[in-house]
Amino acid sequence: MRSVKQTTMQKRIQVAFEKNKKELLTIYYTAGFPNLNDTLTIAQTLESAGADLIEIGIPFSDPIADGEVIQQSNMVALQNGMSVSVLFEQLSQLRQHVSLPVLLMGYLNPILQYGIENFCKKASEIGIDGLIIPDLPLEEYEQHYKSIFEQYHLAHVFLITPFTSPERIAKIDELSEGFIYMVSSASITGKTQGISTEQKQYFERIANMPLKTPKQIGFGIYDRSSFQTACQYAQGAIIGSAFIKHLQANPSKTPLELLVTQFVKEIKA
Amino acid sequence: MLQEKGYYGQFGGAYIPEMLYPNIASLQQQYISIIEHADFQKEFEYLLKQYVGRPSPLYKAERLSEHFQTQIYLKREDLNHTGSHKINNTIGQILLAKQLGKAKIIAETGAGQHGVATATVCALMGMECIVYMGEVDIARQSPNVARMKLLGAKVVPATSGSRTLKDATNEAMRHWINHPDDTHYIIGSVVGPHPYPDMVARFQSVISAEIKTQLQSQVGREFPDYVLACVGGGSNAAGAFYHFLEDERVQLIGAEAAGLGVESGKSAATLALGTVGILHGSKTVLMQTTDGQVVEPHSISAGLDYPGIGPMHAHLADINRATFYPITDEEAMQAGWQLSRLEGIIPAIETAHALAILPKISFKKEDIVVINLSGRGDKDLDTYIRYFELI
Ligand SMILES: Cc1ncc(COP(=O)(O)O)c(C=O)c1O
Repeated sequence: MRSVKQTTMQKRIQVAFEKNKKELLTIYYTAGFPNLNDTLTIAQTLESAGADLIEIGIPFSDPIADGEVIQQSNMVALQNGMSVSVLFEQLSQLRQHVSLPVLLMGYLNPILQYGIENFCKKASEIGIDGLIIPDLPLEEYEQHYKSIFEQYHLAHVFLITPFTSPERIAKIDELSEGFIYMVSSASITGKTQGISTEQKQYFERIANMPLKTPKQIGFGIYDRSSFQTACQYAQGAIIGSAFIKHLQANPSKTPLELLVTQFVKEIKA
Repeated sequence: MLQEKGYYGQFGGAYIPEMLYPNIASLQQQYISIIEHADFQKEFEYLLKQYVGRPSPLYKAERLSEHFQTQIYLKREDLNHTGSHKINNTIGQILLAKQLGKAKIIAETGAGQHGVATATVCALMGMECIVYMGEVDIARQSPNVARMKLLGAKVVPATSGSRTLKDATNEAMRHWINHPDDTHYIIGSVVGPHPYPDMVARFQSVISAEIKTQLQSQVGREFPDYVLACVGGGSNAAGAFYHFLEDERVQLIGAEAAGLGVESGKSAATLALGTVGILHGSKTVLMQTTDGQVVEPHSISAGLDYPGIGPMHAHLADINRATFYPITDEEAMQAGWQLSRLEGIIPAIETAHALAILPKISFKKEDIVVINLSGRGDKDLDTYIRYFELI
């Protein structure tokens, strides 16, 4: 039996992706970066500035799918003292301040050390809607994790790439609940080279597949133009490295809230 | 030993991001049929014999035996072309890469032995080669950096984290994510996602296959009482243990690098200090904080300076089939000195860790003790010189 509260939680992602909605912007940022206690402030500001979904990264010492920018933010966050338990503490009042869908992104090891069941329970209690765990493959998920995620009503977001076979995409579609994360090219995060014809062909190929799950495009989306291009092929796009870089650069010491707002407005203007 | 889906007991598996799935899945599906094909075997055996110089000798170390009052045999992987066991695996994997139609090769390296062995087979096959190596290791293993360059490889420094083997492995994996279609990643040890641990162990298993025949002809029986090997990721140990895994008469002993001491905070003794977690695509034992962050290891030997261990060894320790001793920098250096003086063989500092097990076990006079002499010490001369103030 689902409780009322859990139904609301799971609905947040579904509501965000209702059919008529377009150009959804998801912002990824690393928890505990630039400063340990910025996590909730950034989430709140993203909401008021007009972002549509929030993806909070749990820092890890060895993020193999990430480029230099996110590696760096992970390192700073760890030095600042971020951990799964600190993050849960910071987010304990999340739902009093933020109503957007919030997903946690993290590599599997820190989650396993916290305890998978505990992690899901806690995430669900504070109102997290979904999880993105890049090094948790489909087969392991199905066998050992799916039932726990479902028990706590956490959507598991799968990645697909230009090399993911149609059969595998169909399977991922069947197992997906929130959205499918289309990795824009064979690449780690943080590329800024624009979107090639080849990529557009891949986007188109996926757009033409009869999938039940909504899609967002991420990796290598870094400005208004690449965001808009991506949104021609999917309901939304995810920006990570470019946002982190924007927070990091900050030469004129702009206050964090303003910095976050500037970024979102520029993408969504 | 290996079970379904690449698990050894609770360890192993393939915890990889979707970006690597097509490459890993195709390896998983094809590696056994490729390796077991008669043509592959023929070419592999030919190259091991005529290019690498196998079989490597099994040498009865008389003075060392006398010193420790037992029967010590050295499996001379140091005499292989390029100076270590690493070439057994790179010959196998380059042939596999050719079968898979890959034109480019990447590798990680710690001591540089795997990097050199990879650069060597790439030169042999005319393939492009990029080797990732931690900045710290580039400094302490400079002869190997020069060798790789001479062989035509590009050596890329890994500048993140502890700037050693773990970070070089991260960089190699990132490179593979960025270039999945034309590139094969030659992992240098029995680590990484399935099928690497099993594939590398198979290529290294020639070591124990030869030990069996050599013992048969030298002492009249196929099995020793002990096999000793050092363990970084664990490939030379996997090769030396392989054909004895099911033979309970043989005690399997590994040496892991304790650095300045297990409790010193500057150690790479994974099994002594580690807990179960996921590193580089494999569930295994690793050195980590309670929050699941990987701890930066320390060892005087670049090849053992790794916070994880292959899943097969994690399992062997778990079921008490093998015993692993932590060996400090000091113990290893003294053992390296001793072998140099007693047998005229300067071992790699990695290998010296295996030799340093000798005083820790009370062997019987008639025990047959095989030590896998995984590599030679030429690359480590700088470290030896500084440690013993030789010049
Ligand atoms: C001579 C030698 N022995 C041992 C090792 C450790 O690797 P493994 O544990 O995979 O045998 C290395 C690695 O660089 C090496 O060069």
